[in-house]
Amino acid sequence: MERQRHVLVVLPHPDDESGRAGTLASYIDQGTPVTYVCLTLGEMGRSMGNPPFANRVTLPAIRQKELEASCRSIGITDLRMFGLHDKTVEFEDQDALDARLRAVIDEVKPSLIITFYPGYSVHPDHDATGAAVIRTVGRMPAADRPAVHCVAFAKGCEEVLGPPDVVNDVSGYLQQKWGSFQAHRSQFAMFFGNQSLQDKEVQERLRTESFWTYRFE
Amino acid sequence: MQPIAPQAVQRILQGLKDQDIYVCLEMTTGAYAAHRDSSKMTAATFVSNGRIRFSQGSIAGSGPYRVGLKTETGWVYAEGLTHWDESEAERLILAGHDSDGKLVVGLMLGKTPF
Repeated sequence: MERQRHVLVVLPHPDDESGRAGTLASYIDQGTPVTYVCLTLGEMGRSMGNPPFANRVTLPAIRQKELEASCRSIGITDLRMFGLHDKTVEFEDQDALDARLRAVIDEVKPSLIITFYPGYSVHPDHDATGAAVIRTVGRMPAADRPAVHCVAFAKGCEEVLGPPDVVNDVSGYLQQKWGSFQAHRSQFAMFFGNQSLQDKEVQERLRTESFWTYRFE
Repeated sequence: MQPIAPQAVQRILQGLKDQDIYVCLEMTTGAYAAHRDSSKMTAATFVSNGRIRFSQGSIAGSGPYRVGLKTETGWVYAEGLTHWDESEAERLILAGHDSDGKLVVGLMLGKTPF
């Protein structure tokens, strides 16, 4: 992986970082600082354990603790929670959100931003988060722009975007990544069931992380 | 959350009637319903901290349960409720969870905002 000066991650929900945790852990292992802006606390999530151990009132605090534990597993020490409400990112004041993102960019001066690809990320919060990043970075002078690596997973996205141009093998960081998924117990307990990181199938599933570099006009 | 005890829920409903209260009402298929199965549709709705006042309110059914509240100008209705938080004495936290534990429907009522 190409060395970076500072990586900024902008995602809307606690647990969105888990699928990219190997990449983030490997940057941290290289000594690159990672700042994670998480826009909401995923307070409208419908997974609450089975049997449910959370409810609408208790879920935000539980998910914040899970997010903090996930960051510890990955090695992220600079976590910024923006305090927006789950499902509402696209309805927020765009200028206000862009200004907050710009302030973080100006502060940490990332060489790389990781976010969702607007339009190809299924959940409206994902698309709105990616769109905010692209708007904000797009307004910067071209020479000052950090690279933007986007996650996309909408059906058929490869037909439009082509294959991902950044494909990271994170085999060396599966422990951190597994720890991130495990930290989000309310969300992933069902997903992995009784599987463990020793399972070859799990390792195979977690091994590759793909991104599309955003091409600004 | 515990399986709903309808008589206890009814007692709390009685204590909330004829006064201004806050209601949170939601239903969701999950944000990935259509992504996972193109024959399905993604739909969700929620109202948080609406102000209502009801004159009649009861829980019905044998589980999953229904709750209907007759307000000054209409109704509040939820079907498919399976669980509640029994540790709450003065407010109601009701939810309907499917066999995977995922929330499908939610209804919360309280004297102060959630």
